[in-house]
Amino acid sequence: MSYNWNWGIFWEASPEGVGTYLTMLLMGLRWTVATALLAWVVALVFGSIVGVMRTLPGRTIGIVASAYVEFFRNIPLLVQLFLWYFVLPELLPQAAGMWLKQLPNAPFWTGAIGVGLYMSARIAEQLRAGIKSLPRGQAMAGTALGLTTVQTYRYVLLPMAYRIIMPPLTSEFLNTIKNTSVALTIGLMELTARARAMQEFSFQVFEAFTAATLLYLALNAIVVFGMRRLEKAVAVPGYIAGK
Amino acid sequence: MFTAFDFDVILRSLPYLFWDGMTFTLMLTALSALGGLVLGTLLALMRLSNLPILGAVATGYVNLMRSLPLVLVIFWFYFLVPYIGQIITGAERPVLVGGFASALITFTLFEAAYFSEIMRAGIQSIPKGQVSAGYALGLNYRQVTSYIVLPQALRNMLPVILTQAIVLFQDTSLVYVLSITDFLGAASKVAQRDGRLIEMYLFAALVYFLISFAASRLVRHLQTKTAIIR
Repeated sequence: MSYNWNWGIFWEASPEGVGTYLTMLLMGLRWTVATALLAWVVALVFGSIVGVMRTLPGRTIGIVASAYVEFFRNIPLLVQLFLWYFVLPELLPQAAGMWLKQLPNAPFWTGAIGVGLYMSARIAEQLRAGIKSLPRGQAMAGTALGLTTVQTYRYVLLPMAYRIIMPPLTSEFLNTIKNTSVALTIGLMELTARARAMQEFSFQVFEAFTAATLLYLALNAIVVFGMRRLEKAVAVPGYIAGK
Repeated sequence: MFTAFDFDVILRSLPYLFWDGMTFTLMLTALSALGGLVLGTLLALMRLSNLPILGAVATGYVNLMRSLPLVLVIFWFYFLVPYIGQIITGAERPVLVGGFASALITFTLFEAAYFSEIMRAGIQSIPKGQVSAGYALGLNYRQVTSYIVLPQALRNMLPVILTQAIVLFQDTSLVYVLSITDFLGAASKVAQRDGRLIEMYLFAALVYFLISFAASRLVRHLQTKTAIIR
């Protein structure tokens, strides 16, 4: 193979002027983590609202919620990010559009919220499945006790549903982290983008991508470990996952 | 707000968008779904085999692929494939590989990991008695696998496989990062040439939506048709 390996490259100064190539990659990792966390919050909030809406008896609410899910599931994430980043500011009133365009760290906000909304449709589906998997009697018992619909969801259905869908939520969180890399197309300098930039500056392709790969694997391992702990802590006694 | 819109740019670029772009996207989707399914089935069989080494290799591969972002994997293979080609052909320099071939190899290898999980679930859903019955009839491993297990696993998993293919169809848009002219790439090139980002991206979103939505409806319909009633 006619490739010149140089693993010492990570300790050489990067052309960005601050620190070595390694610090450059680590800064990318920080953006990846920050984007993933904000996206996850957005995904959980919107996913929960839409997921609950899909289980409510009202017909209109159900149609609105499933339109939401279909919209975000049937357009590629990359195209969605382009819509939020390039198209949305032009369709808004001029002042709002200008404000959006001049926002500091615009790729970060757009990327995080865009990925978050994309993931929220998947979380809505998971939560709906979780709520539907509960025995009918639980909602009925809530009603029989005189709880309102809101109270039934808050105290009876949701605490159970979230705990049941813990394992799929773990993989959706991992997907969120992976999907943040798509935001490099709108200029977010996250981990994959930094690895690509390092390759362009130094021509050490495989070292850069190996380092990025290892960092992603480490991030995955941490998330899986943390979620396992959480899963154990909140497992419902009496279910297979519980004790 | 639509008064400043130039819908003509879409009409003018339709042949380019669909003939150059969509053909690429659909070819890439179909071929890598097929390749990924074959390779994924092999990986699933490796994982379920009695040889621990085969299982470990397949598990390692699947877990590695599934924990990396597709964008990073696209970059990896874009740079790696020429060197692999060099090793295979014994050429003196890294082999030049076209955009389509590079994308096809990437997506086949990447999707194989996902298809292997689907096929593994499909194979494991077959009752053990069926395999035992096959052996009792005097069939060997290859015959039991190809005449009894795989046909049923494929049929049980068909809706999931097709859903994964729709995901793949959407994911092929990521070849944009290599400046390849797939459907989105074509739309984006016209958008930048004519300064018509809004029209082109909205149109691209609409086309992706219609195709994916129609396809997933078809899959749902198929699901009710092919379901085996037990």
